[in-house]
Amino acid sequence: MSDSDKKKPNRRDFIITATATAGVVGVGAAVWPLVDQMNPDASVKALASTEVDVSNVKPGQSITVLWRGKPVFIKRRTKIEIDEARNVNIKELKHPETDEVRAKNPEWLVMVGICTHLGCVPLTDKGDYNGWFCPCHGSHYDTSGRIRKGPAPTNLEVPKYEFVNSNTIKIG
Amino acid sequence: MSDHEYHPKSRLGKWFNDRLPLLTLANHLSDYPTPKNLNYWWTFGGILTFCLITQIVTGVILGMHYVAHADLAFDSVEHIMRDVNYGWLIRYVHANGASMFFLAVYIHIFRALYYGSYKSPREMIWILGMIIYFLMMMAAFMGYVLPWGQMSFWGATVITNLFSAIPFVGESITNWLWGGYAVDNPTLTRFFSLHYLIPFLILGLVVLHIWALHIPGNNNPIGIDIKKPSKDTVPFHPYIVIKDMFALLIFLIIFAFFVFYAPNILGHSDNYIEANPLVTPAHIVPEWYLLPFYAILRSVPDKLFGVIAMFLSIFVLVILPWLDTSKVRSALFRPLYKQFYWFLIADVLILGYMGAMPAEGIYLLIARVATIYYFAHFLIILPILGKKEKTLDVPLNLTEPVLGGSQNTSMAKEVSTFKRN
Repeated sequence: MSDSDKKKPNRRDFIITATATAGVVGVGAAVWPLVDQMNPDASVKALASTEVDVSNVKPGQSITVLWRGKPVFIKRRTKIEIDEARNVNIKELKHPETDEVRAKNPEWLVMVGICTHLGCVPLTDKGDYNGWFCPCHGSHYDTSGRIRKGPAPTNLEVPKYEFVNSNTIKIG
Repeated sequence: MSDHEYHPKSRLGKWFNDRLPLLTLANHLSDYPTPKNLNYWWTFGGILTFCLITQIVTGVILGMHYVAHADLAFDSVEHIMRDVNYGWLIRYVHANGASMFFLAVYIHIFRALYYGSYKSPREMIWILGMIIYFLMMMAAFMGYVLPWGQMSFWGATVITNLFSAIPFVGESITNWLWGGYAVDNPTLTRFFSLHYLIPFLILGLVVLHIWALHIPGNNNPIGIDIKKPSKDTVPFHPYIVIKDMFALLIFLIIFAFFVFYAPNILGHSDNYIEANPLVTPAHIVPEWYLLPFYAILRSVPDKLFGVIAMFLSIFVLVILPWLDTSKVRSALFRPLYKQFYWFLIADVLILGYMGAMPAEGIYLLIARVATIYYFAHFLIILPILGKKEKTLDVPLNLTEPVLGGSQNTSMAKEVSTFKRN
């Protein structure tokens, strides 16, 4: 190849580059459906919200419901548990969040019941902080579902939810 | 490779071979010169081929009766066990076959570690082997999910959640893997599809693995390069074939013991409870062959770094040919490496044991020390050892060590010719 060839791109270089670019875009467009088909489908997304009747849940009691295939804890907390959750120095927490933010209505705590470590279901009313304890790898959560001890990186997730009326919670 | 041209005797054979030289290939495999000093640790390649074929045959049959659906999978496995003719046998062979496959592959890998089979010019064989090993782990993991028992479900949950450790995109990736917001029916159906696919990928890689092997030829216990074909080699058939068959027979006795006398001893009893997304078993453990990696994962207190450490523990094996700086292959001539080799075996066994124990107290401490030692072996000890170790004298060919007291002057003469070269 002579020097002038290297310096100045000719028409053939242009065609090769243009073809390659079009080829890459085309292959990308063709591959994307093959990848995206694995994402949650319409039928899975259609089940995105669940309504739960909580009229039978007594103070101190906790129920577990299924939402998007995941367990959700709905805990009606006692006065002691609420106080315990609210009298914590936020600065000591691994994932600082106030209980006021996590439970708008202090009596009701609604959380996805999946350990933020590797996805096990924690046990209710267990552990060093009287909240939840994950038996898989030993994460302890407090009465607000905040991580206090163990490998989990974050607090138990609070899903989007609202009280449709005083007896019904809509999750999602 | 033998250098003579192969000519089929029959006219039909010649006609066929001129168009598709399969007979030449068969002749190459049959005549393939093999070091004459291969010991029984070299028979596991053949045993592994047998394991792969067994898994594919039993797996295809199980696929005829299994139903990949979250509501039906568990019952369909029980249907195989109770109703399908010999279904119990085929399923037990497949389930225990996976364990036997890993038992054989671990022996195969540790043989390569002892005799330095991964070193130049055999790096490609080693890397292909590691890819096969990685695919085996994926296939085994996905296969374990299919019966949709408690361990299936929660094992799948824990392992797929490893990807949630990836910053920013972790959640999208796990949702993509699951096809939902948790392990559920879409996860099961895709795992079934991939579990069916991977063994055939492995089969293709095995062909490449053997192809790459046939370029330099087998390593051998002495670990020296040998002239092929020569007095140091024997043809693959019948010598190695018979030896491999005998070893396979012994291996099958062990295999049959598990299948017929202890078919569930390597599994977990919780997997006979149908999957329940609301209840996590008290103690989740993977299958025995993944325990050392599970111990490494859990011994790191940080989620992301735990996952990284686990993948790195496999990656250090891939780059091993460049980490081990010693020119001498076989541990027989490396007195220090030989000791570190056994330390490594002990370390991996300890890691495996710790992986089965709860991650707390003394178990966690031991697992952490063992994890550090595992990485130190590959990243610190091996590179330094290759430079510092005083190795023993390596013989020039396989015949030499035998000739010490030999009166056979013609052979001795040949040895001296070798030496001059």
